[in-house]
Amino acid sequence: MIRLCHSSSDAAIVPRTRIHLPGLLLACLLPLLALTGCDAREDGPLILDLWAMGSEGERVQALLPEFERAHPGIRVRVQRIPWSAAHEKLLTAHVGGTLPDVFQLGNTWLPEFVALKALAPLDDALPPDAWADIFPGVLEANQVDGRLYGLPWYVDTRLLFYRADLLREAGIEHAPRTWSEWLTALRAVKARTGRPPLLLPFTEWQTLIALSLQQQASLLKDGDRYGHFRQPAFRIAFDFYLQLFREELAEIAGEGQTGNIYQAFARGRVAFLVSGPWNLGEFERRLPQDQQDDWATAPLPVPDGTPWPGISIAGGASLAIHAHTRQPEAARALVAFLATPRQQLAFYRETGDLPVRMSAWTESDIHAPPRIDAFWRQLQNVRGVPAIPEWERIATLVMRHAERTARGRADVDEALAAIDSETDALLEKRRWLMERDRP
Amino acid sequence: MMDEDSPISPPHRPRREKRGKIPAAFWFLAPALGLIALFFALPILAALLLSFTDFDIYAIGDPSALRWIGWDNYHRLLDHPLFWTALGNTLYFVLLGGPLSVALSLGAALLVNARLTCCKTLFRTVYFLPVVSTLVAVAVVWRALYHAESGLLNQVLGLFGVNPIDWLGDPDFAMPAIILMAAWKNFGFNMIIFIAGLQAIPDRLYEAARLDGANGWEQLRHVTLPMLAPTFLFVALMTMIGYLQLFAEPYVMTQGGPANATLSVVMLMYQEGFRWWNMGFAAALAFVLFAIILAGTLIQLRLQRRTM
Repeated sequence: MIRLCHSSSDAAIVPRTRIHLPGLLLACLLPLLALTGCDAREDGPLILDLWAMGSEGERVQALLPEFERAHPGIRVRVQRIPWSAAHEKLLTAHVGGTLPDVFQLGNTWLPEFVALKALAPLDDALPPDAWADIFPGVLEANQVDGRLYGLPWYVDTRLLFYRADLLREAGIEHAPRTWSEWLTALRAVKARTGRPPLLLPFTEWQTLIALSLQQQASLLKDGDRYGHFRQPAFRIAFDFYLQLFREELAEIAGEGQTGNIYQAFARGRVAFLVSGPWNLGEFERRLPQDQQDDWATAPLPVPDGTPWPGISIAGGASLAIHAHTRQPEAARALVAFLATPRQQLAFYRETGDLPVRMSAWTESDIHAPPRIDAFWRQLQNVRGVPAIPEWERIATLVMRHAERTARGRADVDEALAAIDSETDALLEKRRWLMERDRP
Repeated sequence: MMDEDSPISPPHRPRREKRGKIPAAFWFLAPALGLIALFFALPILAALLLSFTDFDIYAIGDPSALRWIGWDNYHRLLDHPLFWTALGNTLYFVLLGGPLSVALSLGAALLVNARLTCCKTLFRTVYFLPVVSTLVAVAVVWRALYHAESGLLNQVLGLFGVNPIDWLGDPDFAMPAIILMAAWKNFGFNMIIFIAGLQAIPDRLYEAARLDGANGWEQLRHVTLPMLAPTFLFVALMTMIGYLQLFAEPYVMTQGGPANATLSVVMLMYQEGFRWWNMGFAAALAFVLFAIILAGTLIQLRLQRRTM
């Protein structure tokens, strides 16, 4: 790889007396080669690049001075990237050879980057106590073929956000705990407001998948080589999901027509949604002050006859180390530092992102507010989705068929058969690779 | 969306230079040709090769996972659950949106160019404005117009007793909504070309027609339209080529939804290529679209030649 590097101190020392032709030519070509980036690290402190998304990228800066004090030789350079462009940017950076030393990675992207051979395995590189008490479901989501490739940074999962006041008005005292209680509550609220009270966008696959994980559905079979969506467990979840639309308890609306969910929630047009911890802060900020006592969270309702709280989906983001980083020790030190319970708590106070280590919860009072306690209870019971690079694609095609079925353009049998056959076709490359690499 | 180079004036044929000597013109053309070769011809060739492989993220991580699969991508394309949907949507857009857009531009051009119209420059500018405004900004306004509950369009239709329509949320109405917006956004460009065509028609033809007793309609039918035929061909071709590559409008308005009712071939290509990194398949899709555009162009040329 070509790397053109200059340090700013050199430029200041060399006097420029006459025009240097090759230099000029080089300067013209520089923009073409600038993609490879430059490190000025001959003499100064060692520079560690960290990419983080959205508000995490902004708020992580507050934690870094302490790290730099503890490691005087290292300076961390943070680059913020917006969530909406993060996936493409990381992929193109990998192809262009410009991935940073350490970067934030969404849990479901991890297997893809493992397939790209972009990540350094962490189980031998970090002390075991760095991941000692991480929520098991979340840790699992960071393992591919038994090896750990990402150190969870913060967790999320999906649970129920609801308007407690509207529920009370409809004569329901506590949050629904089972699917049938949920249906009863939805029907009761709908009878009063006259409109579908549940927001369930087809763009979010997590809800349907969480419902099927509650049924212990395994989604894929034979070592994640074939789709397994026609099994009864998935079918039950799929049926329940569709029933919400059939009874018009959830609106079949285009994404654009949902409008501002905070306004819809404040006005009572939406009384239930299934969402994650990022909305705790958003709801506090965006709902009017006099409505702050009206909303609450609860673990996801479970299938009738199963223990509550039941399972939801494991999500969140991890920190990963670039496989070809030139300063692995420093990168490991940074990742281990950010994962200590103390830093997890500091990060929670900065961002509202929930800590991944159970000790950070038990040794503090962060789960005292009931809305956060619901997350604490749900997080004890989370499961990950199949850790394969094709997962997001499979989830997207599942939702495509769910939407078609909800709109009455296919029946359940057709939809499930189509999901299986399309999934099998998608996984052809994976099967071929597994066959080829078998010892 | 539109391509601006015009095939109206054929290039001059240079005189033959003596054999064995590189003509001076070559050196003048070389930089431009070099750039075209590097950034245009080479990538197209690479994409063609790509379309015969299964290049994907596995192949980025490990080049040995790349397979030469011949025509498989093209076969798979025919079985792809969304290809036919996307192709159908695109043809729907072209067959309804194309004529609508051309008719709108012709109508606007005739109005703006009419003898009795005042402030011609003003109208020309106003009608051209949508073409130069940013699509994303336009989309924000049109989304507000199309809003199911508070949109202006539904309020106006409500005056005539029409029930509210969920324009962008209903699979049956999303594509017509996109067509309407695209026609509005693009008609100004073709209008300018039609105006140029109209102004090139000599006045004496109209004088002669009037002397023969032709009324306004007959003048339009027997003078204006026949004289506009070459312009018409050009506009129709360019519109078809542009509209077959529908992407930006659904991308900013509906993201291809609801229920893939506005998914176009180029959007499918974008999703396969840049969202899932199925580069081989996306490249095959690109060449199929190229073949469709080529076929469409040839058919249209043949048809119009016959009538001209």
